[in-house]
Amino acid sequence: MKQFDELSLLEIVDEVKDGDLIGIPADYSGVPMEFTKELIKKGVKDLKLYCLPLTTIQGDMLIGSGCVSEVEAAAVTLGEFGLAPRFSEAVESGKIIIKDSTCPALHAQLQATEKSVPFMPLRGVIGSDIQKYRKDWQIIENPMKFSGNKNEPILLLPAVQLDILIFHAPCVDKNGNIQIGRRRELATLAHASKNVFVTTERILDIDLFDDELSAATCLPALYIDGISVVKNGAWPCALPGVYGADNDEIKKYSIAAKTQKGFEDYMKNYLSN
Amino acid sequence: MVELKREELLISELADLLVHDKHIAVGAASPIPGAAALLVKEEAKLQNNRLRVTILHSNKYNNFTDGARELFDCAAQGRIDTFFLGGVQIDGEANINLVGTGSYEKIQKRFPGSFGSALMYFVVPQIILFREEHSPRTLVDKVDFISAPGFSDENIYRPGGPKFLLTNRALFKFNKQKKRFCLLKIHNNESLENIIKLTGFKFDVDDKITNMSTPNKTRVDILRNKISYMVSEFYPEFADRIWGI
Repeated sequence: MKQFDELSLLEIVDEVKDGDLIGIPADYSGVPMEFTKELIKKGVKDLKLYCLPLTTIQGDMLIGSGCVSEVEAAAVTLGEFGLAPRFSEAVESGKIIIKDSTCPALHAQLQATEKSVPFMPLRGVIGSDIQKYRKDWQIIENPMKFSGNKNEPILLLPAVQLDILIFHAPCVDKNGNIQIGRRRELATLAHASKNVFVTTERILDIDLFDDELSAATCLPALYIDGISVVKNGAWPCALPGVYGADNDEIKKYSIAAKTQKGFEDYMKNYLSN
Repeated sequence: MVELKREELLISELADLLVHDKHIAVGAASPIPGAAALLVKEEAKLQNNRLRVTILHSNKYNNFTDGARELFDCAAQGRIDTFFLGGVQIDGEANINLVGTGSYEKIQKRFPGSFGSALMYFVVPQIILFREEHSPRTLVDKVDFISAPGFSDENIYRPGGPKFLLTNRALFKFNKQKKRFCLLKIHNNESLENIIKLTGFKFDVDDKITNMSTPNKTRVDILRNKISYMVSEFYPEFADRIWGI
């Protein structure tokens, strides 16, 4: 019996429900852009994006297409190509709620879920306006007698469990183990998500666990609910170790998306290809 | 003497602040700090010294294997000596704002967000604030939003914090006791009067204020012949603009 469910891309898209809290990988971890394209075509609504810890063109496109009601992130940006224009506009006009965070807090909230504990402490952050506006965060005095500093205030972050996570990976083995390499934040995301789907460049007829070197690069199949082969599935974003970002295309997007009209024209073309 | 670009002068100026480090990390959107760190590493190599550089947005110049959280864990453990932070606004008490202008609930102009600043600013011993634009809109009296505060109460765990602020016109040192910047160096074409006019906050002026230093030929050669190509791996747009590669 096959050790994993091979699905079509549209079957994965159908797993995403309106209102879901969806895990969004950073631009260096394998952005599932082909999936995102189909998700926008489907017209999903009220998504809550949980970015680990940031999003680029994927988040900006989803926001500009009206699929998003809330974003929790440390940054939404087009990197070298400047601000994420649809995100900035949506926040300025109050169309979406932004839960401003900071990278280590976004990691820690998922790490709490990984360990199945209700919260995770984090140093720093206290005294920032990020902390001031996060009513779901709490500060306590360090309760430990022999660890840390006496009377030290410390920030507690709630555990966050994602409804669904989709990312794009270089390859999958015949048993459904996913090669993620050093992008271990994908494991954190997967451990903290109720459902995980992966798009991949190819399925290999080997077992990555046969070799210690490749075993260490894996996210085990036990966390995965379905896999779909999608060639060039991260384009125009990079797939680390496989292909680089298409900077010309991202630049083109960054210019077009400066206005809603320019964005709509760009998307019309993008969605039809 | 060869003509130097302003970016090259800034890279060299930053490099001078890194010479005592063992591990320098460079975060998002930081081509100039990235180039400076690699330059110092290369110079250290020539002196038979070891220096580690972690460029977050590079696959090649990156020491981490435990995912994106490792930078923050590593910094919290005290294993990173210098990190760079920027800001849409930086104020006279070294508070930084990476979120936007106007009141937070009715933001006028939204920028990307705080990234990891709210932890890194607390735990890395030498934080260098770097913001090219030196104007009353970037260097302000009071930031509109505090992504990370310039100083903290005594009971807060804070081994790290701001040490320097470099812009394309000047270098300031931060005085933790006085909670105030002190002007150390100005760009060759600048006057003190102009710096005062373009700085939105009040600051002290060092007795021995000097011009920014000019890199020697050896440094310029390393930068142009070696570092430029390394930078193009992770900031292709920048490398193309400055060095045409």
